[in-house]
Amino acid sequence: MGVSRRQFFKSVAGTIAYAAVISAVPERLFAAWNQKAFTSETLAAAITAKYGSLPIENSTAIQIKSPEIAENGAYVPVSIATTIAGASNITIFSEANFAPLVASFDIMPRMRPDVSLRLRMAKTANLVVLVQAGGKLYKAVKEVKVTIGGCGG
Amino acid sequence: MKVKAVAQNNVVSVKILIQHVMETGRRKDETGKLVAGHYITEVNAEHKGERVFQAEIGPGVSKDPYLAFQFTGGSVGETVTISWVDSKGGTEKTDSVISAL
Amino acid sequence: MKKIVFNRSLALLFVLAAMLAAVRVEAADYQTRVQADIQAFRDYFTAQFPDVKFADYADGVYAIDEDSRQQWKEMEEFPPYALSVEDGKALFEIPFANGKTYGSCFANGGAVRQNYPYFDEKKGKVVTLEMAINDCRVANGEKPLACKTGDIAKISAYMAFISRGKPVDVKVQSEGAYKAYVKGKELFYAKHGKLNMSCAGCHMQYAGRRLRAEILSPALGHTTHFPVYRSKWGEIGTLHKRYGGCSNDTGAKSFAPQSEEYCNLEFFETVMSNGLIFNGPASRK
Repeated sequence: MGVSRRQFFKSVAGTIAYAAVISAVPERLFAAWNQKAFTSETLAAAITAKYGSLPIENSTAIQIKSPEIAENGAYVPVSIATTIAGASNITIFSEANFAPLVASFDIMPRMRPDVSLRLRMAKTANLVVLVQAGGKLYKAVKEVKVTIGGCGG
Repeated sequence: MKVKAVAQNNVVSVKILIQHVMETGRRKDETGKLVAGHYITEVNAEHKGERVFQAEIGPGVSKDPYLAFQFTGGSVGETVTISWVDSKGGTEKTDSVISAL
Repeated sequence: MKKIVFNRSLALLFVLAAMLAAVRVEAADYQTRVQADIQAFRDYFTAQFPDVKFADYADGVYAIDEDSRQQWKEMEEFPPYALSVEDGKALFEIPFANGKTYGSCFANGGAVRQNYPYFDEKKGKVVTLEMAINDCRVANGEKPLACKTGDIAKISAYMAFISRGKPVDVKVQSEGAYKAYVKGKELFYAKHGKLNMSCAGCHMQYAGRRLRAEILSPALGHTTHFPVYRSKWGEIGTLHKRYGGCSNDTGAKSFAPQSEEYCNLEFFETVMSNGLIFNGPASRK
Protein backbone atom coordinates (compact mmCIF):
# COMPACT_ATOMS: atom_id res chain seq x y z
CA MET A 1 0.00 0.00 0.00
CA GLY A 2 2.92 2.36 0.64
CA VAL A 3 4.77 1.65 -2.62
CA SER A 4 3.15 3.08 -5.73
CA ARG A 5 2.85 0.93 -8.80
CA ARG A 6 5.10 3.37 -10.63
CA GLN A 7 7.91 2.90 -8.11
CA PHE A 8 7.51 -0.85 -8.30
CA PHE A 9 7.84 -0.94 -12.07
CA LYS A 10 10.73 1.53 -12.07
CA SER A 11 12.64 -1.03 -10.06
CA VAL A 12 12.36 -3.52 -12.93
CA ALA A 13 15.51 -3.15 -14.98
CA GLY A 14 15.21 -1.47 -18.36
CA THR A 15 12.35 0.23 -20.19
CA ILE A 16 11.73 -2.76 -22.45
CA ALA A 17 11.29 -4.99 -19.44
CA TYR A 18 8.97 -2.29 -18.02
CA ALA A 19 6.76 -2.38 -21.10
CA ALA A 20 6.87 -6.18 -21.26
CA VAL A 21 5.75 -6.48 -17.65
CA ILE A 22 2.86 -4.07 -18.23
CA SER A 23 1.56 -6.05 -21.19
CA ALA A 24 2.10 -9.40 -19.49
CA VAL A 25 0.30 -8.57 -16.24
CA PRO A 26 -3.44 -9.24 -16.41
CA GLU A 27 -5.59 -6.11 -16.22
CA ARG A 28 -7.17 -6.96 -12.90
CA LEU A 29 -3.91 -6.48 -11.05
CA PHE A 30 -3.66 -2.94 -12.32
CA ALA A 31 -6.75 -1.51 -10.81
CA ALA A 32 -8.29 -3.79 -8.22
CA TRP A 33 -11.05 -1.56 -6.99
CA ASN A 34 -10.35 -0.63 -3.39
CA GLN A 35 -13.66 -1.70 -1.90
CA LYS A 36 -12.64 -0.96 1.66
CA ALA A 37 -11.70 2.62 0.84
CA PHE A 38 -14.79 3.25 -1.31
CA THR A 39 -17.14 1.94 1.36
CA SER A 40 -15.49 3.62 4.35
CA GLU A 41 -17.96 5.97 5.97
CA THR A 42 -15.64 8.58 7.42
CA LEU A 43 -12.93 10.65 5.77
CA ALA A 44 -10.28 9.33 8.15
CA ALA A 45 -11.20 5.68 7.56
CA ALA A 46 -11.28 6.20 3.78
CA ILE A 47 -7.83 7.83 3.80
CA THR A 48 -6.38 5.01 5.91
CA ALA A 49 -7.96 2.34 3.72
CA LYS A 50 -6.57 4.04 0.61
CA TYR A 51 -3.12 5.12 1.76
CA GLY A 52 -2.37 3.45 5.09
CA SER A 53 -0.58 5.80 7.46
CA LEU A 54 1.39 8.02 5.09
CA PRO A 55 2.12 11.46 6.54
CA ILE A 56 -0.14 14.27 5.33
CA GLU A 57 0.79 17.92 4.92
CA ASN A 58 -1.14 20.87 3.51
CA SER A 59 -0.09 22.09 0.08
CA THR A 60 -0.72 25.16 -2.02
CA ALA A 61 0.43 23.31 -5.12
CA ILE A 62 -2.96 21.68 -5.63
CA GLN A 63 -5.68 23.65 -7.45
CA ILE A 64 -9.30 22.72 -6.93
CA LYS A 65 -11.75 24.36 -9.32
CA SER A 66 -15.32 23.99 -8.09
CA PRO A 67 -18.42 26.17 -7.85
CA GLU A 68 -18.99 28.32 -4.79
CA ILE A 69 -22.62 27.27 -4.68
CA ALA A 70 -23.41 24.06 -6.54
CA GLU A 71 -26.41 24.44 -8.84
CA ASN A 72 -27.33 20.86 -8.12
CA GLY A 73 -25.57 18.58 -5.64
CA ALA A 74 -25.98 15.59 -7.95
CA TYR A 75 -23.74 17.12 -10.63
CA VAL A 76 -20.95 19.21 -9.15
CA PRO A 77 -18.24 19.96 -11.75
CA VAL A 78 -14.75 19.72 -10.24
CA SER A 79 -11.30 20.06 -11.81
CA ILE A 80 -8.09 19.23 -9.97
CA ALA A 81 -4.56 20.10 -11.03
CA THR A 82 -1.25 19.81 -9.21
CA THR A 83 2.33 20.94 -9.78
CA ILE A 84 3.79 18.70 -7.08
CA ALA A 85 6.83 16.92 -8.53
CA GLY A 86 6.57 13.15 -8.77
CA ALA A 87 2.81 13.08 -8.17
CA SER A 88 1.71 9.47 -8.53
CA ASN A 89 -1.91 9.63 -7.39
CA ILE A 90 -4.72 12.16 -7.00
CA THR A 91 -7.68 11.21 -4.82
CA ILE A 92 -10.84 13.19 -4.20
CA PHE A 93 -13.08 12.98 -1.15
CA SER A 94 -16.36 14.74 -0.39
CA GLU A 95 -16.28 14.90 3.36
CA ALA A 96 -20.01 14.74 4.12
CA ASN A 97 -20.92 11.99 1.65
CA PHE A 98 -22.03 8.71 3.24
CA ALA A 99 -18.90 7.25 1.68
CA PRO A 100 -16.42 10.14 1.36
CA LEU A 101 -14.07 8.60 -1.23
CA VAL A 102 -15.30 9.74 -4.64
CA ALA A 103 -12.53 8.89 -7.12
CA SER A 104 -8.87 8.01 -7.26
CA PHE A 105 -6.58 8.58 -10.24
CA ASP A 106 -3.16 6.98 -10.63
CA ILE A 107 -0.95 9.35 -12.63
CA MET A 108 0.26 7.28 -15.56
CA PRO A 109 3.71 8.01 -17.05
CA ARG A 110 2.33 10.11 -19.94
CA MET A 111 -0.66 11.54 -18.12
CA ARG A 112 -0.83 15.17 -17.08
CA PRO A 113 -1.48 15.58 -13.34
CA ASP A 114 -4.92 17.07 -13.81
CA VAL A 115 -8.42 15.61 -14.00
CA SER A 116 -12.01 16.79 -14.30
CA LEU A 117 -15.18 15.05 -13.24
CA ARG A 118 -18.72 15.64 -12.00
CA LEU A 119 -19.42 14.39 -8.53
CA ARG A 120 -22.24 14.10 -6.03
CA MET A 121 -22.51 16.05 -2.83
CA ALA A 122 -25.46 15.58 -0.51
CA LYS A 123 -24.93 18.84 1.33
CA THR A 124 -22.51 21.70 1.90
CA ALA A 125 -19.15 20.16 2.65
CA ASN A 126 -15.42 20.24 2.06
CA LEU A 127 -13.88 18.67 -0.99
CA VAL A 128 -10.61 17.13 0.18
CA VAL A 129 -7.95 16.34 -2.39
CA LEU A 130 -4.90 14.24 -1.57
CA VAL A 131 -1.93 13.99 -3.91
CA GLN A 132 0.59 11.24 -3.30
CA ALA A 133 4.22 11.96 -4.20
CA GLY A 134 7.04 9.89 -2.89
CA GLY A 135 6.01 8.54 0.47
CA LYS A 136 3.97 11.57 1.40
CA LEU A 137 0.45 12.89 0.96
CA TYR A 138 -0.26 16.52 0.14
CA LYS A 139 -3.65 17.97 0.95
CA ALA A 140 -5.90 20.75 -0.28
CA VAL A 141 -9.42 21.52 0.89
CA LYS A 142 -12.21 23.58 -0.67
CA GLU A 143 -15.77 24.09 0.49
CA VAL A 144 -18.69 23.74 -1.88
CA LYS A 145 -22.09 24.99 -0.74
CA VAL A 146 -25.01 22.80 -1.69
CA THR A 147 -28.57 24.00 -1.32
CA ILE A 148 -31.85 22.24 -1.81
CA GLY A 149 -33.64 23.96 -4.63
CA GLY A 150 -37.17 25.26 -4.40
CA CYS A 151 -38.50 24.68 -7.84
CA GLY A 152 -39.67 22.40 -10.50
CA GLY A 153 -41.22 19.00 -10.79
CA MET B 1 -20.06 5.94 -24.10
CA LYS B 2 -18.97 8.99 -26.03
CA VAL B 3 -15.37 10.08 -26.27
CA LYS B 4 -13.75 13.27 -27.60
CA ALA B 5 -9.98 13.11 -28.08
CA VAL B 6 -8.28 16.21 -29.45
CA ALA B 7 -4.55 16.74 -30.04
CA GLN B 8 -2.75 20.05 -29.94
CA ASN B 9 1.07 20.38 -29.73
CA ASN B 10 1.52 16.71 -28.83
CA VAL B 11 -0.91 16.96 -25.89
CA VAL B 12 -4.11 14.97 -26.23
CA SER B 13 -7.18 16.15 -24.31
CA VAL B 14 -9.65 13.38 -23.70
CA LYS B 15 -13.24 13.83 -22.55
CA ILE B 16 -15.38 10.85 -21.68
CA LEU B 17 -19.14 10.73 -21.14
CA ILE B 18 -20.56 7.36 -20.16
CA GLN B 19 -24.25 6.56 -20.05
CA HIS B 20 -24.59 4.83 -16.67
CA VAL B 21 -27.15 4.96 -13.88
CA MET B 22 -24.49 5.05 -11.12
CA GLU B 23 -27.02 3.73 -8.62
CA THR B 24 -25.62 4.42 -5.17
CA GLY B 25 -27.26 1.57 -3.30
CA ARG B 26 -28.79 4.04 -0.86
CA ARG B 27 -31.82 5.08 -2.87
CA LYS B 28 -35.27 3.71 -2.09
CA ASP B 29 -37.80 3.02 -4.82
CA GLU B 30 -41.55 3.86 -4.74
CA THR B 31 -42.29 0.84 -2.55
CA GLY B 32 -39.65 1.89 -0.03
CA LYS B 33 -37.32 -0.90 -1.04
CA LEU B 34 -33.60 -0.18 -1.30
CA VAL B 35 -32.37 -0.19 -4.90
CA ALA B 36 -29.18 -2.24 -5.22
CA GLY B 37 -25.98 -0.36 -5.96
CA HIS B 38 -24.80 -0.43 -9.58
CA TYR B 39 -21.93 1.84 -10.45
CA ILE B 40 -18.78 2.01 -12.53
CA THR B 41 -15.70 1.09 -10.51
CA GLU B 42 -12.83 1.47 -12.99
CA VAL B 43 -12.17 3.54 -16.08
CA ASN B 44 -8.96 3.09 -18.08
CA ALA B 45 -7.49 4.41 -21.30
CA GLU B 46 -4.80 2.98 -23.55
CA HIS B 47 -2.78 4.60 -26.30
CA LYS B 48 -0.22 2.66 -28.38
CA GLY B 49 -0.40 -0.24 -25.94
CA GLU B 50 0.30 1.94 -22.92
CA ARG B 51 -2.02 2.84 -20.08
CA VAL B 52 -2.53 6.61 -20.15
CA PHE B 53 -5.43 6.89 -17.70
CA GLN B 54 -6.35 4.78 -14.73
CA ALA B 55 -9.22 5.68 -12.45
CA GLU B 56 -11.09 3.99 -9.64
CA ILE B 57 -14.49 5.59 -9.11
CA GLY B 58 -17.58 4.87 -7.06
CA PRO B 59 -21.12 5.99 -6.26
CA GLY B 60 -19.87 9.49 -5.42
CA VAL B 61 -19.45 10.17 -9.12
CA SER B 62 -22.50 11.65 -10.86
CA LYS B 63 -24.89 9.72 -13.04
CA ASP B 64 -23.76 9.59 -16.68
CA PRO B 65 -20.15 10.00 -15.56
CA TYR B 66 -17.95 12.63 -17.12
CA LEU B 67 -14.18 12.35 -16.86
CA ALA B 68 -11.51 14.42 -18.56
CA PHE B 69 -7.74 14.08 -18.63
CA GLN B 70 -4.73 14.85 -20.80
CA PHE B 71 -1.70 12.87 -21.93
CA THR B 72 1.40 13.61 -23.98
CA GLY B 73 2.89 11.85 -26.98
CA GLY B 74 -0.24 11.42 -29.03
CA SER B 75 -1.05 12.62 -32.56
CA VAL B 76 -4.03 13.17 -34.80
CA GLY B 77 -5.24 9.95 -36.38
CA GLU B 78 -4.04 7.68 -33.60
CA THR B 79 -6.44 5.69 -31.44
CA VAL B 80 -7.25 6.00 -27.75
CA THR B 81 -9.15 3.05 -26.29
CA ILE B 82 -11.36 3.71 -23.27
CA SER B 83 -12.81 0.88 -21.21
CA TRP B 84 -14.79 0.62 -18.02
CA VAL B 85 -16.00 -2.01 -15.59
CA ASP B 86 -18.90 -1.72 -13.17
CA SER B 87 -19.92 -3.31 -9.89
CA LYS B 88 -22.14 -5.86 -11.61
CA GLY B 89 -19.44 -6.94 -14.03
CA GLY B 90 -20.77 -4.81 -16.87
CA THR B 91 -18.12 -3.46 -19.23
CA GLU B 92 -17.78 -1.31 -22.31
CA LYS B 93 -14.86 -0.50 -24.57
CA THR B 94 -14.61 2.24 -27.19
CA ASP B 95 -11.92 3.19 -29.67
CA SER B 96 -11.68 6.90 -30.33
CA VAL B 97 -9.62 8.46 -33.11
CA ILE B 98 -7.69 11.54 -32.03
CA SER B 99 -8.76 14.57 -34.02
CA ALA B 100 -7.23 18.03 -34.51
CA LEU B 101 -8.36 21.01 -32.46
CA MET C 1 -27.57 43.11 -3.79
CA LYS C 2 -28.51 44.72 -7.05
CA LYS C 3 -30.10 48.16 -6.74
CA ILE C 4 -33.56 48.05 -8.22
CA VAL C 5 -33.74 51.24 -10.21
CA PHE C 6 -36.68 50.02 -12.14
CA ASN C 7 -40.07 49.51 -10.50
CA ARG C 8 -41.00 46.03 -11.65
CA SER C 9 -44.62 46.06 -10.50
CA LEU C 10 -45.36 49.29 -12.31
CA ALA C 11 -43.62 48.05 -15.43
CA LEU C 12 -45.52 44.79 -15.36
CA LEU C 13 -48.80 46.65 -15.00
CA PHE C 14 -47.83 48.79 -17.97
CA VAL C 15 -47.12 45.71 -20.07
CA LEU C 16 -50.46 44.20 -19.09
CA ALA C 17 -52.29 47.43 -19.84
CA ALA C 18 -50.62 47.66 -23.23
CA MET C 19 -51.58 44.09 -24.02
CA LEU C 20 -55.18 44.54 -22.83
CA ALA C 21 -55.50 47.72 -24.84
CA ALA C 22 -54.39 45.80 -27.91
CA VAL C 23 -57.19 43.26 -27.42
CA ARG C 24 -59.88 45.92 -27.65
CA VAL C 25 -58.71 47.05 -31.10
CA GLU C 26 -61.17 45.97 -33.79
CA ALA C 27 -58.62 45.39 -36.53
CA ALA C 28 -58.42 41.77 -37.72
CA ASP C 29 -54.62 41.85 -38.13
CA TYR C 30 -53.75 39.41 -35.38
CA GLN C 31 -50.08 39.37 -36.23
CA THR C 32 -49.84 43.12 -35.66
CA ARG C 33 -51.54 42.85 -32.27
CA VAL C 34 -49.25 40.00 -31.30
CA GLN C 35 -46.21 41.96 -32.47
CA ALA C 36 -47.15 44.77 -30.09
CA ASP C 37 -47.29 42.23 -27.24
CA ILE C 38 -43.91 40.85 -28.27
CA GLN C 39 -42.37 44.30 -28.28
CA ALA C 40 -43.82 45.17 -24.85
CA PHE C 41 -42.55 41.84 -23.49
CA ARG C 42 -39.04 42.42 -24.87
CA ASP C 43 -38.95 46.01 -23.66
CA TYR C 44 -39.86 44.85 -20.15
CA PHE C 45 -36.84 42.56 -20.01
CA THR C 46 -34.34 44.85 -21.70
CA ALA C 47 -35.23 47.48 -19.13
CA GLN C 48 -34.84 44.96 -16.28
CA PHE C 49 -31.54 43.52 -17.55
CA PRO C 50 -29.88 46.26 -19.59
CA ASP C 51 -26.58 44.36 -19.82
CA VAL C 52 -28.02 41.18 -21.32
CA LYS C 53 -27.91 40.79 -25.09
CA PHE C 54 -31.23 39.84 -26.64
CA ALA C 55 -29.88 36.60 -28.16
CA ASP C 56 -28.60 35.42 -24.76
CA TYR C 57 -32.10 35.10 -23.34
CA ALA C 58 -32.17 31.70 -25.03
CA ASP C 59 -29.77 30.59 -22.28
CA GLY C 60 -32.19 31.51 -19.51
CA VAL C 61 -30.75 31.94 -16.04
CA TYR C 62 -27.25 31.48 -17.41
CA ALA C 63 -27.51 34.81 -19.18
CA ILE C 64 -28.04 36.60 -15.88
CA ASP C 65 -26.05 34.72 -13.20
CA GLU C 66 -22.30 34.18 -13.42
CA ASP C 67 -21.73 31.36 -10.90
CA SER C 68 -24.41 29.13 -12.34
CA ARG C 69 -23.29 30.09 -15.84
CA GLN C 70 -19.82 28.69 -15.06
CA GLN C 71 -21.36 25.39 -13.97
CA TRP C 72 -23.50 25.30 -17.08
CA LYS C 73 -20.40 25.89 -19.20
CA GLU C 74 -18.75 22.94 -17.44
CA MET C 75 -21.72 20.75 -18.32
CA GLU C 76 -21.48 22.00 -21.90
CA GLU C 77 -17.92 20.57 -22.12
CA PHE C 78 -19.65 17.25 -22.61
CA PRO C 79 -23.33 17.54 -21.77
CA PRO C 80 -25.33 14.46 -20.74
CA TYR C 81 -27.97 15.43 -23.32
CA ALA C 82 -25.45 14.33 -25.96
CA LEU C 83 -26.28 10.77 -24.89
CA SER C 84 -29.99 11.55 -25.26
CA VAL C 85 -29.43 12.94 -28.76
CA GLU C 86 -27.58 9.77 -29.73
CA ASP C 87 -30.41 7.62 -28.34
CA GLY C 88 -32.95 9.86 -30.06
CA LYS C 89 -31.24 9.48 -33.42
CA ALA C 90 -31.33 5.69 -33.09
CA LEU C 91 -35.02 5.83 -32.14
CA PHE C 92 -35.82 8.20 -35.01
CA GLU C 93 -34.34 5.71 -37.47
CA ILE C 94 -36.18 2.62 -36.30
CA PRO C 95 -38.94 1.82 -38.80
CA PHE C 96 -42.50 1.32 -37.58
CA ALA C 97 -44.09 -2.13 -37.91
CA ASN C 98 -45.56 -0.98 -41.23
CA GLY C 99 -42.11 -0.21 -42.62
CA LYS C 100 -42.43 3.58 -42.63
CA THR C 101 -40.23 5.84 -40.48
CA TYR C 102 -40.48 9.19 -38.72
CA GLY C 103 -38.83 10.53 -41.86
CA SER C 104 -42.10 9.97 -43.69
CA CYS C 105 -43.78 12.49 -41.34
CA PHE C 106 -40.97 14.99 -40.88
CA ALA C 107 -38.97 16.63 -43.64
CA ASN C 108 -35.23 17.39 -43.60
CA GLY C 109 -34.43 14.18 -41.75
CA GLY C 110 -36.29 15.57 -38.75
CA ALA C 111 -34.66 19.02 -38.66
CA VAL C 112 -38.02 20.74 -38.25
CA ARG C 113 -38.02 21.89 -34.63
CA GLN C 114 -38.51 25.46 -35.79
CA ASN C 115 -41.94 24.61 -37.25
CA TYR C 116 -43.37 23.92 -33.79
CA PRO C 117 -45.53 24.86 -32.06
CA TYR C 118 -47.97 26.01 -34.70
CA PHE C 119 -51.72 26.46 -34.87
CA ASP C 120 -53.28 23.75 -37.01
CA GLU C 121 -56.35 25.20 -38.74
CA LYS C 122 -57.82 21.85 -39.64
CA LYS C 123 -57.41 20.41 -36.16
CA GLY C 124 -58.37 23.74 -34.61
CA LYS C 125 -55.62 23.52 -32.01
CA VAL C 126 -51.96 24.13 -31.28
CA VAL C 127 -49.67 21.29 -32.35
CA THR C 128 -46.36 20.86 -30.50
CA LEU C 129 -43.35 18.82 -31.61
CA GLU C 130 -44.06 16.05 -29.09
CA MET C 131 -47.68 15.93 -30.22
CA ALA C 132 -46.55 15.67 -33.83
CA ILE C 133 -44.19 12.82 -32.95
CA ASN C 134 -47.08 10.90 -31.42
CA ASP C 135 -49.41 11.82 -34.29
CA CYS C 136 -46.82 10.28 -36.59
CA ARG C 137 -46.73 7.12 -34.51
CA VAL C 138 -50.52 6.76 -34.35
CA ALA C 139 -50.90 7.46 -38.08
CA ASN C 140 -48.52 4.55 -38.66
CA GLY C 141 -50.24 2.10 -36.32
CA GLU C 142 -47.98 2.58 -33.30
CA LYS C 143 -48.94 3.46 -29.74
CA PRO C 144 -48.26 7.05 -28.64
CA LEU C 145 -45.37 7.62 -26.23
CA ALA C 146 -45.72 9.06 -22.73
CA CYS C 147 -44.98 12.78 -22.89
CA LYS C 148 -42.72 13.69 -19.99
CA THR C 149 -39.48 11.68 -20.25
CA GLY C 150 -38.03 8.67 -22.01
CA ASP C 151 -38.27 7.98 -25.70
CA ILE C 152 -40.32 11.01 -26.67
CA ALA C 153 -37.87 13.34 -24.96
CA LYS C 154 -34.94 11.60 -26.67
CA ILE C 155 -36.51 11.87 -30.13
CA SER C 156 -37.39 15.50 -29.42
CA ALA C 157 -33.80 16.08 -28.25
CA TYR C 158 -32.43 14.66 -31.49
CA MET C 159 -34.79 16.74 -33.62
CA ALA C 160 -34.02 19.86 -31.58
CA PHE C 161 -30.29 19.24 -31.90
CA ILE C 162 -30.30 18.93 -35.69
CA SER C 163 -32.50 22.02 -35.93
CA ARG C 164 -30.23 24.22 -33.84
CA GLY C 165 -29.74 27.71 -35.09
CA LYS C 166 -33.14 28.07 -36.71
CA PRO C 167 -35.07 31.21 -35.73
CA VAL C 168 -38.15 31.20 -33.56
CA ASP C 169 -40.90 32.57 -35.81
CA VAL C 170 -44.33 31.45 -34.69
CA LYS C 171 -47.16 32.89 -36.77
CA VAL C 172 -50.49 34.03 -35.36
CA GLN C 173 -52.52 34.83 -38.43
CA SER C 174 -56.00 33.43 -37.94
CA GLU C 175 -58.77 33.91 -35.42
CA GLY C 176 -58.26 30.37 -34.17
CA ALA C 177 -54.54 30.93 -33.66
CA TYR C 178 -55.18 34.23 -31.91
CA LYS C 179 -57.72 32.67 -29.55
CA ALA C 180 -55.23 29.93 -28.60
CA TYR C 181 -52.58 32.60 -28.13
CA VAL C 182 -54.85 34.62 -25.84
CA LYS C 183 -55.68 31.51 -23.78
CA GLY C 184 -51.97 30.83 -23.36
CA LYS C 185 -51.39 34.46 -22.41
CA GLU C 186 -54.16 34.32 -19.81
CA LEU C 187 -52.69 31.17 -18.27
CA PHE C 188 -49.32 32.90 -18.12
CA TYR C 189 -50.58 36.02 -16.35
CA ALA C 190 -53.36 34.57 -14.20
CA LYS C 191 -52.73 33.72 -10.58
CA HIS C 192 -53.71 30.22 -9.61
CA GLY C 193 -53.23 27.53 -7.04
CA LYS C 194 -53.02 27.59 -3.26
CA LEU C 195 -50.05 29.93 -3.39
CA ASN C 196 -51.92 32.25 -5.73
CA MET C 197 -48.95 32.74 -8.04
CA SER C 198 -48.68 33.36 -11.75
CA CYS C 199 -45.98 32.53 -14.27
CA ALA C 200 -45.48 36.27 -14.75
CA GLY C 201 -45.11 36.85 -11.03
CA CYS C 202 -41.97 34.73 -10.87
CA HIS C 203 -40.65 34.90 -14.40
CA MET C 204 -41.23 38.55 -15.08
CA GLN C 205 -41.57 40.42 -11.80
CA TYR C 206 -39.05 38.30 -9.94
CA ALA C 207 -36.84 37.22 -12.82
CA GLY C 208 -33.21 37.17 -11.73
CA ARG C 209 -34.14 37.16 -8.05
CA ARG C 210 -34.13 34.20 -5.69
CA LEU C 211 -37.00 31.95 -4.77
CA ARG C 212 -35.41 30.03 -1.92
CA ALA C 213 -32.24 28.61 -3.49
CA GLU C 214 -33.40 29.09 -7.07
CA ILE C 215 -32.72 32.00 -9.34
CA LEU C 216 -35.83 32.68 -11.38
CA SER C 217 -35.36 32.58 -15.14
CA PRO C 218 -36.72 35.35 -17.34
CA ALA C 219 -39.75 34.22 -19.37
CA LEU C 220 -38.18 35.62 -22.53
CA GLY C 221 -36.51 32.65 -24.19
CA HIS C 222 -38.25 30.12 -21.97
CA THR C 223 -39.07 27.58 -24.64
CA THR C 224 -36.18 27.84 -27.11
CA HIS C 225 -33.97 25.21 -25.50
CA PHE C 226 -36.23 22.28 -24.65
CA PRO C 227 -36.17 19.36 -24.08
CA VAL C 228 -33.70 19.58 -21.20
CA TYR C 229 -31.45 17.20 -19.31
CA ARG C 230 -32.34 18.48 -15.90
CA SER C 231 -29.90 17.59 -13.13
CA LYS C 232 -32.85 17.27 -10.78
CA TRP C 233 -34.41 14.62 -13.04
CA GLY C 234 -31.11 12.97 -13.95
CA GLU C 235 -32.52 12.52 -17.44
CA ILE C 236 -33.93 14.34 -20.45
CA GLY C 237 -37.47 15.68 -20.08
CA THR C 238 -39.99 17.76 -21.98
CA LEU C 239 -41.30 21.30 -21.57
CA HIS C 240 -44.66 20.04 -20.40
CA LYS C 241 -43.01 17.98 -17.69
CA ARG C 242 -41.41 21.20 -16.50
CA TYR C 243 -44.71 23.09 -16.69
CA GLY C 244 -46.35 20.36 -14.58
CA GLY C 245 -43.70 20.61 -11.91
CA CYS C 246 -44.08 24.36 -11.75
CA SER C 247 -47.87 24.11 -11.44
CA ASN C 248 -47.41 21.68 -8.54
CA ASP C 249 -44.96 24.02 -6.85
CA THR C 250 -47.52 26.82 -6.80
CA GLY C 251 -50.02 24.47 -5.20
CA ALA C 252 -52.03 24.35 -8.41
CA LYS C 253 -53.28 21.22 -10.07
CA SER C 254 -51.02 20.51 -12.99
CA PHE C 255 -52.43 19.88 -16.43
CA ALA C 256 -51.54 16.75 -18.38
CA PRO C 257 -48.60 16.98 -20.76
CA GLN C 258 -49.88 17.91 -24.23
CA SER C 259 -53.14 19.17 -22.72
CA GLU C 260 -54.79 22.10 -24.47
CA GLU C 261 -53.75 24.37 -21.60
CA TYR C 262 -50.05 23.58 -21.76
CA CYS C 263 -50.06 23.61 -25.56
CA ASN C 264 -51.55 27.10 -25.51
CA LEU C 265 -49.05 28.20 -22.87
CA GLU C 266 -46.18 26.83 -24.98
CA PHE C 267 -47.68 28.66 -27.96
CA PHE C 268 -47.81 31.97 -26.12
CA GLU C 269 -44.34 31.60 -24.61
CA THR C 270 -42.79 30.67 -27.93
CA VAL C 271 -44.45 33.60 -29.69
CA MET C 272 -42.96 35.87 -27.02
CA SER C 273 -39.57 34.40 -27.96
CA ASN C 274 -39.93 35.16 -31.67
CA GLY C 275 -36.62 36.49 -32.94
CA LEU C 276 -34.50 34.26 -30.72
CA ILE C 277 -32.80 31.12 -31.97
CA PHE C 278 -33.74 27.52 -31.17
CA ASN C 279 -30.87 26.10 -29.15
CA GLY C 280 -32.14 22.83 -27.73
CA PRO C 281 -31.60 20.43 -26.17
CA ALA C 282 -29.99 21.97 -23.11
CA SER C 283 -28.66 21.25 -19.62
CA ARG C 284 -30.48 22.77 -16.71
CA LYS C 285 -30.29 22.32 -12.96
